[in-house]
Amino acid sequence: MRGKYSGNGGKAIVIGASAGGINALGFLFSELEEDFPFPLLVTKHVGAKDDGGALRVLARQSSLPVRLARDKDAIMAGTILLAPAGYHMQVEESGVISLNMEPPVAFVRPSIDVLFQSAARVYEHALVAIVLTGANSDGADGIRAVKDFGGTTVVQCPDSSMISTMPQASLGTGCVDYQLPLEEIPAFLDQL
Amino acid sequence: MTKTDSLAQLEHLELKLLLEAISQHYGYDFSDYARASMVRRIKKYMESVNVNRISALIPLFLHDGQAFQTFVESMSVVVTEMFRDPDVFKVLREEVIPVLKTYPFIKIWHAGCASGQEVYSIAIMLEEEGLLDRCQIYATDFNDEALRMAKKGIYPSDDVELYEKNYRDSGGRKTLSDNWVSQYNAIKINSRFAERITFASHNLVTDGAFGEMNLVMCRNVLIYFNEQLQDRALNLINESLCPRGFLCIGRRENLTFSEIRKSLEDVNNKLRIYRKKGA
Repeated sequence: MRGKYSGNGGKAIVIGASAGGINALGFLFSELEEDFPFPLLVTKHVGAKDDGGALRVLARQSSLPVRLARDKDAIMAGTILLAPAGYHMQVEESGVISLNMEPPVAFVRPSIDVLFQSAARVYEHALVAIVLTGANSDGADGIRAVKDFGGTTVVQCPDSSMISTMPQASLGTGCVDYQLPLEEIPAFLDQL
Repeated sequence: MTKTDSLAQLEHLELKLLLEAISQHYGYDFSDYARASMVRRIKKYMESVNVNRISALIPLFLHDGQAFQTFVESMSVVVTEMFRDPDVFKVLREEVIPVLKTYPFIKIWHAGCASGQEVYSIAIMLEEEGLLDRCQIYATDFNDEALRMAKKGIYPSDDVELYEKNYRDSGGRKTLSDNWVSQYNAIKINSRFAERITFASHNLVTDGAFGEMNLVMCRNVLIYFNEQLQDRALNLINESLCPRGFLCIGRRENLTFSEIRKSLEDVNNKLRIYRKKGA
């Protein structure tokens, strides 16, 4: 059952972004090819009342379909699912998304840590987790979990990040495999 | 003999054993809960009791009923808001309540009422529209602690600003604060609302249908269930609706794959408000 819907080789990509993240994600999504063979699950911090503004911006730039996740949506290769405002987004073993309204973690919901920790358990070494620009430390605990369960961890170079606090926090865990400038992340994903 | 199960496989086994122990000893069946969120809650509970393996909870729960009680309560106390998702309440007020007004008697079921803010929001709206005295409202939850909180109707004053904003955004035109009294750092919802509400223990996992409801509210409860249990709960809810009864689920919840979808028509699909087709 594991990674049933996750496409070729069962790999999956999770991405966390915060302040400055819309530009970074927009660039990334515009660079990916239409036949990208893995699912992408993305938690970008947004205010609780965000009505899908981030989605509209990203959908315009992406060559892949981008959708706001609904509870129990199937995780599919070549589809980008974005965590909706006000919910944590997690991955279930049956290959679907689950949403929950547990309290914010370190003041944020959706939380990057919550997504990464759940994906780490389900995909194990088939998971690639990427932390992009941001002004807090969300994602660091998640990166540690991804490493614990055998996944691959990537952090945007602080130098190439609009705000480097979040990449720095992840680097501080000592659990990061690759530190890449934003421009090199699409090529990295292509060779997976 | 050496075994090389991965950390994930071991945790999976530990969780299975823990849920089996809970089910056999206490009769709570969590096996069809969505795993990811459950694992998070279990991990959080483990931190609070300073335990670092899921399997270490088995002896704890088997021999310490109080510890288990605390755990169960931590599994499901969800804190909600009054008039959360104001546009949902707006549609309920403008499109659902006018239909309910044509009935002599109205039965409403709030399934999974948690700490109660939402059921009071509905009751306040019904009173403003002049039909609260014709309504019987059932508010249920399987968590006794949540039910106690809901029955009391006491909430922190810090949340008042948000409640009032939500209320105005939902089209409310009266003074929301007329519905409670402030005491110290809390508000207490006027008891005339609780008098119209029957608070009862009900478990969507194991209990049966509730009869002939004109409106069922079940928002952000199903997200904690896996696909199979969601299906069961949705069927139970559908059975509980009278013909032409209304159903409102959470905004990011998903009826697409449920067999009850075909027996419902849209009131507002985007806001997840539906109406059961005629008999």
